Amino acid sequence: METTTPGLLTLLIFLPLAGALILLVVPRENKQAIRWFTLAVTALVFVLSLRLALGFNSASAGMQFREFALWMPQFGIHYHLGIDGISLWLVLLTTFLSVLAVAFSWVVEERVKEYMFFMLLLETGMLGVFCALDLVLFYVFWEAMLVPMYFLIGMWGGERRIYAAIKFFLFTFFGSVLMLVAIVALYYLHRDITGMATFDLLKIQQALANSPLDLNVQLWLFAAFALAFAIKVPMFPFHTWLPDAHVEAPTAGSVILAGVLLKMGTYGFLRFCLPLFPDASQVSAPLMLTLAVVGIIYGAIVAAVQPDVKKLVAYSSVSHLGFVMLGLFALNAQGLTGSILQQVNHGISTGALFLLVGMIYERRHTRLIAELGGLKRVMPVYAAFFLLVMLSSVGLPSTNGFVGEFLTLLGGFSASVPLTVIAASGVILAAVYLLWMFQRVFYGEPSAKNAHLPDLNLREIAILVSIVVLIFWIGLYPSTFTDAMRASVENLIRQVQGDAGAAWLAQMGETVRTVTIH
Amino acid sequence: MNSVFDLVWVVIGLPLAGFLLHAFFGKRLGKKAVGTVGTAVVLGAFALSVYLLAELLKLPADQQKVTSTLWRWIEAGSFRVAFEALVDPLSLLMALIVTGVGGLIHLYSTGYMAEDEDYPRFFTYMNLFIVFMLTLVLSNNLLMMFVGWEGVGLCSYLLIGFWYKEKVNTDSANKAFIVNRIGDWGFTLAVLLAFWTFGTLSFAGEGNMFQKAVEMKQAGLLSPGVITAIALLLFVGATGKSAQFPLYMWLPDAMAGPTPVSALIHAATMVTAGVVMVTRCHVLFELAPVAMLVVAVIGVFTAIFAATIALAQTDIKRVLAYSTVSQLGYMFLGCGVGAFASGMFHVTTHAFFKALLFLGSGSVILALHHEQDMRRMGGLAKYLPITYWTMLAGWLAIAGIPPLAGFFSKDEILSAAFGTHVLPVSIGQILWAVGLVTALLTAFYMTRLMGLTFWGEPRWAEAHAHHGKDDAHGHSGQPRESPPSMTVPLMILAVLSVVGGFIGGFAPLHIPNRFGRFLEPSAGLQVLGEEAVGHLPVSTEWLLVWASVLAAVLGLWFGWARYRAGLPESERELSGIRKVLYHQYYYDWLMVKGIGLWLGGKIAFWMWQFVDGRLIDGFVNGIAGLTGWVGNSLRRVQTGYVRNYAFTILIGAMILLIWLLVRGASAGLAR
Repeated sequence: METTTPGLLTLLIFLPLAGALILLVVPRENKQAIRWFTLAVTALVFVLSLRLALGFNSASAGMQFREFALWMPQFGIHYHLGIDGISLWLVLLTTFLSVLAVAFSWVVEERVKEYMFFMLLLETGMLGVFCALDLVLFYVFWEAMLVPMYFLIGMWGGERRIYAAIKFFLFTFFGSVLMLVAIVALYYLHRDITGMATFDLLKIQQALANSPLDLNVQLWLFAAFALAFAIKVPMFPFHTWLPDAHVEAPTAGSVILAGVLLKMGTYGFLRFCLPLFPDASQVSAPLMLTLAVVGIIYGAIVAAVQPDVKKLVAYSSVSHLGFVMLGLFALNAQGLTGSILQQVNHGISTGALFLLVGMIYERRHTRLIAELGGLKRVMPVYAAFFLLVMLSSVGLPSTNGFVGEFLTLLGGFSASVPLTVIAASGVILAAVYLLWMFQRVFYGEPSAKNAHLPDLNLREIAILVSIVVLIFWIGLYPSTFTDAMRASVENLIRQVQGDAGAAWLAQMGETVRTVTIH
Repeated sequence: MNSVFDLVWVVIGLPLAGFLLHAFFGKRLGKKAVGTVGTAVVLGAFALSVYLLAELLKLPADQQKVTSTLWRWIEAGSFRVAFEALVDPLSLLMALIVTGVGGLIHLYSTGYMAEDEDYPRFFTYMNLFIVFMLTLVLSNNLLMMFVGWEGVGLCSYLLIGFWYKEKVNTDSANKAFIVNRIGDWGFTLAVLLAFWTFGTLSFAGEGNMFQKAVEMKQAGLLSPGVITAIALLLFVGATGKSAQFPLYMWLPDAMAGPTPVSALIHAATMVTAGVVMVTRCHVLFELAPVAMLVVAVIGVFTAIFAATIALAQTDIKRVLAYSTVSQLGYMFLGCGVGAFASGMFHVTTHAFFKALLFLGSGSVILALHHEQDMRRMGGLAKYLPITYWTMLAGWLAIAGIPPLAGFFSKDEILSAAFGTHVLPVSIGQILWAVGLVTALLTAFYMTRLMGLTFWGEPRWAEAHAHHGKDDAHGHSGQPRESPPSMTVPLMILAVLSVVGGFIGGFAPLHIPNRFGRFLEPSAGLQVLGEEAVGHLPVSTEWLLVWASVLAAVLGLWFGWARYRAGLPESERELSGIRKVLYHQYYYDWLMVKGIGLWLGGKIAFWMWQFVDGRLIDGFVNGIAGLTGWVGNSLRRVQTGYVRNYAFTILIGAMILLIWLLVRGASAGLAR
């Protein structure tokens, strides 16, 4: 394998880390300087990441922007990076949301230096996860990103932050230990097959494609990976860490947590479970689809009765991620495309909802729905943005949420009709919990405590405008995003379906042609 | 692109521009500019639609389906859907109704909403509604239709809750959106099943959905179960949007919105979307006889069900709301018996007379300072002469008195039901009979509405005088006729309600059905063949006409006898059967309060508190406790700081990793 000089991906991943290190020498009193500096770093990373989208070759299913360097060659561990149509938009989502999270965090007044330090560290970890093509490298980033998140919750969180931080940490850690075991097992298996010692994902993929593992072995390894990812997503019934973590996390932490961290779970399924263990993926698809649909309905129903807006949004995440998983384990082009797109959508819309909740919390210092009310009259601009984001979350056609949800349902329908029939009713429930919340927060007459809240400032409006633009861009012209996914998705389907799958696809095409001729 | 019909995007674009203008600059522009622009863009779209119609009619009938693509939309695997418009008689008919009646209602709103502080917001939503409604009717595929479909639902939600300070309004708004979403669940599933069956969702053009369906049928590849499921799921969507049983209950509550909204969205246009959709997809229904039967039966049942409820309502707008539900039932009856064009004919005439009746009621409500209870009206004929005379036209039109508009369209549907061969003849005749009784009830409750509002002695004087003292309008005493901005639309609609029926035909006199022939390219039967609708002998036709007229006259006569002097003493209080009718047979109460709120709330709380709290977290905490206990007894190291645990775990994992690697490497070397 060629060794390349540090390229764009390395720059993206380590620029935030470099920024974090520079922050260490900035005096902590210069809060404003620290904020502007951090914003500048994240903005620069975002701008640079746009070059990935512009330079991306949509026709290729392979890894692009690849970088390779020897790291610990004696263990077969290398510094190997690359992105494809699956990770491209997750990388951009990360850089985009990082800018917004930092821009929102102007309101943080305590220990600004440490806070921004951890934010930058977090960005390095997240980008690393989405770019790593070496299992150990992936694992290091995966674990590394836990630490700053843990501190963000534990130090800047709400009242029960310690409890929430531990719960978050233990849940995710429990999963990652199993994943580590599976990674090591893969290493040995690969060595047994090829005689070569490596943690390189592409090589292992290649080897397993040529000589597939026994179904039993596949199932064990799949289970170990899947558990780690399912906790992260989170899928029902591993979701209970999420509402606690969200409620206690500071706003920017919630945005990153929901927007990016959860996607590491779904991304893990796409990057590892499906291509490495295709037979196990197919065998366990019914179970995963069922859990996905339970999550859709369960999350939505529980969201409806939450007294705390933030907890409501957290439970709505469980529901939305259910759609992502439904599309994912539909294992067809529509479902997978929808799943990837819905990951991005969820990051945008739910990230925005957390920002909006944060904005009212900064003003009112409560998130209890019962304490709010009548805000439409007091804060009309805020209400308008909230409405737009809510519509995206409800999945109104012409917003991003619809395109993603529809494609996952379309894919799901060909995988399981009964489950999709149930899943589709999640869209009704989304209207129930969101509209009911909207009514109680915004309609009616404001109480004395709410009557004089200031409307959004320019910084907040700028944050939300960027989100609304994306909501309608993806909603009205999703091709910008889905075109880049196509080749990778088709490739993934080939990997999962194997020859049988390709034959099936060909047969479907034949059926359609036959029908046309008649 | 590149044909005159690409102008169809300008038809949608005009109100879109209006919407954006009001949304961003509405407050700065001021009321006059907002009202003028808001109305002008809709009337401009109307003018353009007229032009497009003239162009379309120049084409031979078999080419009157022109598509125009804006850009590709959702694509994944074999799935491809674009923003694509279809210009054909059906879509232009609806565009004309939406922008024509819509334009008049915008004009009316400049008067009706003149005093409202949120005037720009009102026109913002109204223009947006026109955008989505045009998207719905002009789309060339099911999915783009769904954009309009849910979009108009959004505007309906926003406008029902327009006066959001009152909880009852926003409750009604939520109800409308959520009940519609139940219907949309069906629509969504229909789209999914249609795509996986036909491989396309488009209405016209090469290899469209209907062509595929017919081809598959001929090749024996179309399972009857699948096509019936598609049709029925689409109809589930229609029952939501078009307020049919069992999902009708949002529409009466939707009257909480300003009256122009009730006229435009909840009477003339949006609620007919279900009928338009079923007509658009009529080929699918033709292939599914069971679905046709369901459509007809649900339609006629809703018609009589809602008509009985209308008998006992006291709020003038709620009478009209149930009447709308009932009339929509007629339209579905028409579709169900295969007379899709007749259903659309009734959509058209109904748009005229129901918009008129709603706007008239709005004029009454405004004159009485937002009084809507008919028990506190009466004797208004002489104070509101224009409103009264125009509403008389609407009243006779909906009652089905010849030669007004409603007579022709209703008669067409009823005689189609009587003579249908789509369903067994006896079933068609039962449907006809129920429809006939409904016609009698319609004439009766509409006469009641007119009597309680305009005839007899005034019952508003007391409340009104009290109200008038510190009234913002500054005038006290007698109710006054509305300004010309409101009465001109009333007069235009009154004329249309009188003569609008002449665009159709009249079988007994051998007047050919021009309206049906015009719609032929869009709504003409393709599978069943024209003989399925059945052609009755002229003598039978005459018999049916006389039966219709008799039913209408009887209804009017009973109504006149009971209400010509105003409110009967017995109706001052609700009691007995009237109470049951007033409360919609308690159906709404059971579904919403009982099942929706009470049962749903219980389940949700149980899930949250028990499943999440006790079951899952209990399990997790148990494991955590156990681990902690083991850890403590092993190490007896407890610093009390979580971060120490965290780092311990992290370092532990790293050590484990390194150990495994070293072991693996050494094993590798040993080999």
